[in-house]
Amino acid sequence: MMNCACANEQRNPLTPEPFRLIRTYPLNDDVHFFQVRAVDVKMAMNLNYRPGQFMMVSLDGIGEAPFSISSTPSRPGLLEFGIRKVGNVTNRIFKLKENDIFGVRGPYGNGFPVENMTGRDLVIVMGGLGAVPLRSLLLYALDNRDQFGKIYLLHGARRPDEMLFKEEFFHMMNRDDLICHLTVDQDDTGAWPYETGLITRLFGELKDIDPNNTCFAVCGPPVMYKFVVAEILKLNVPKHQILMTLERRMKCGIGKCGHCSIGGYIYTCLEGPVFSYWDVIHMKGLI
Amino acid sequence: MRAVKIKKKDLAKFLKAIEPFGELWGPVKNGENYSLSKIESFSDIKTEALRTKIPFKKLFTPPEFPMYSFSEEGMKEELSDIPKRVIFGLHPCDIHAMMIMDRFFTINYEDPYYMERRRKTAVIGYSCVPDDLCFCKTTNTSNVEKGFDLFFSELTDSYLVWVGSSLGDDMVRGCPELVDEEVTHDDLERYIKWRKDRESKFSLNMDFTGMPGIVELSYDHPIWEELGEKCLSCGACTIVCPTCSCYNVKDEVELNTVDGKRVRQWDSCMFREYSMVAGGHNFREARAERLKLRFIHKLQAFVGAYDEPACVGCGRCIDTCPVGIDIRTVGLRLKGEEVKV
Repeated sequence: MMNCACANEQRNPLTPEPFRLIRTYPLNDDVHFFQVRAVDVKMAMNLNYRPGQFMMVSLDGIGEAPFSISSTPSRPGLLEFGIRKVGNVTNRIFKLKENDIFGVRGPYGNGFPVENMTGRDLVIVMGGLGAVPLRSLLLYALDNRDQFGKIYLLHGARRPDEMLFKEEFFHMMNRDDLICHLTVDQDDTGAWPYETGLITRLFGELKDIDPNNTCFAVCGPPVMYKFVVAEILKLNVPKHQILMTLERRMKCGIGKCGHCSIGGYIYTCLEGPVFSYWDVIHMKGLI
Repeated sequence: MRAVKIKKKDLAKFLKAIEPFGELWGPVKNGENYSLSKIESFSDIKTEALRTKIPFKKLFTPPEFPMYSFSEEGMKEELSDIPKRVIFGLHPCDIHAMMIMDRFFTINYEDPYYMERRRKTAVIGYSCVPDDLCFCKTTNTSNVEKGFDLFFSELTDSYLVWVGSSLGDDMVRGCPELVDEEVTHDDLERYIKWRKDRESKFSLNMDFTGMPGIVELSYDHPIWEELGEKCLSCGACTIVCPTCSCYNVKDEVELNTVDGKRVRQWDSCMFREYSMVAGGHNFREARAERLKLRFIHKLQAFVGAYDEPACVGCGRCIDTCPVGIDIRTVGLRLKGEEVKV
């Protein structure tokens, strides 16, 4: 078991704290759900974060990697991640079993500026793995439902069997405080009950929004941004109200190791991973 | 700032007297180069040394060091065995670079591995006379007024010793028999003359004024492709640069597969893997992209974040790059001057 060598002292921001895996199950073939909790009860209950922030998950002997938090700070105690098996660290994370202890440090990054988003309508546009970080914002907004205007969820997956949080999002269709549209690029099952086609098709549902009073949050595969942003701009939404969360290589999370630097200016781990479209057009190399 | 005098012939005695302040590091001859090394014998110190091949940063963020070790018993932070040190012989450019590093490693989050070593290190600066690679005069880093505990300026037979901190004051007060508190008008005149002579010896210029705007407009400049064709991606420029600090983190495991350590090692933005994420996507696949990142960072981004470029004119990249791509040449080219790379 890991012990923190510096308990009660000024915390070393680069050493992980012990966390326990509470439960894990597949969300699809490549992406698994991980619910974790700090071993230290005080830390578990006091861990505060914003939707859109990330944690470094650390496995002794393998290494560390950054992962977006998928749970909401409005439900303290447990942290949730949706992790795609893609490299050394994630291969090992997939082998973890319930009650295994491993390292986590964070939270890092700016997260969504939720204070500036309240009082407005919110449109959440998620594609593929982008559902993981935006689920945090969605659950946060639903938990604080009175602070937001209309909430829209536009969700796209490539195929029905690739969709993440299927059950949870299917239930969202039944809520009357949320306008929810789910689509898949292709329905090879013939049993998909909702829409079919690219996520940009769902923008027809947004004709009546008030562009000046609406915030967009977008996350998805790199190819999605260009087309989705073009659709949002057609609605005359101001550029600083279009928020997107990005990915980069990271080794530290605290703005020192250099890898997540964008155009030499911006450390994604400090000033991101959430950027506005205004940031994107005046900082070269963001997307 | 208070200044005292120490006779040149007493330098070894003084260095002996300050032994309690930590193990002594200074420039020694190493083949054709100078290297910043632990001093075993005072006669090894080469006060004429200009740039050490690898700068002071290796003492604060070593090329490779364990951050913590892990075993069945738990995790052990590797921060306890850091020795007290005295670095003797840092020149003004390197002291400026060190102040840049200090700011970088404390801003937003304090890096405990850098700062623990830094806090345990006393810095004694030493005056220098430029060679044909120094361009610190035009980067405004050829003089220092802070950032050191003591600074030795060479007069004829003695040193004018500037006392830059309380720790430095303790050092000179510890050996009153070697220290002359009386700085005369003649000493001042000698010092002023020495400064004038030194100023006249700079031959290389690089004025970075206005660079951020020029770099901004040069994003699609053909120079990046051209230099990308030449660059070997060896990373030597980042290793020798006193303001480069990127690092990688890896785990090293013993054969028993349980014990091991998390190790931090120097990385370079010139390396292909630098911006590659799991799954294989590389945000900076082309050499030209990686070069551009480095110079945008040094000449534009740093000015935005810290009000000064991350170049102190030490000349190490000019001395080191095997294909002649150095920050001065790149800067001049971007400013539209004819220089051959």
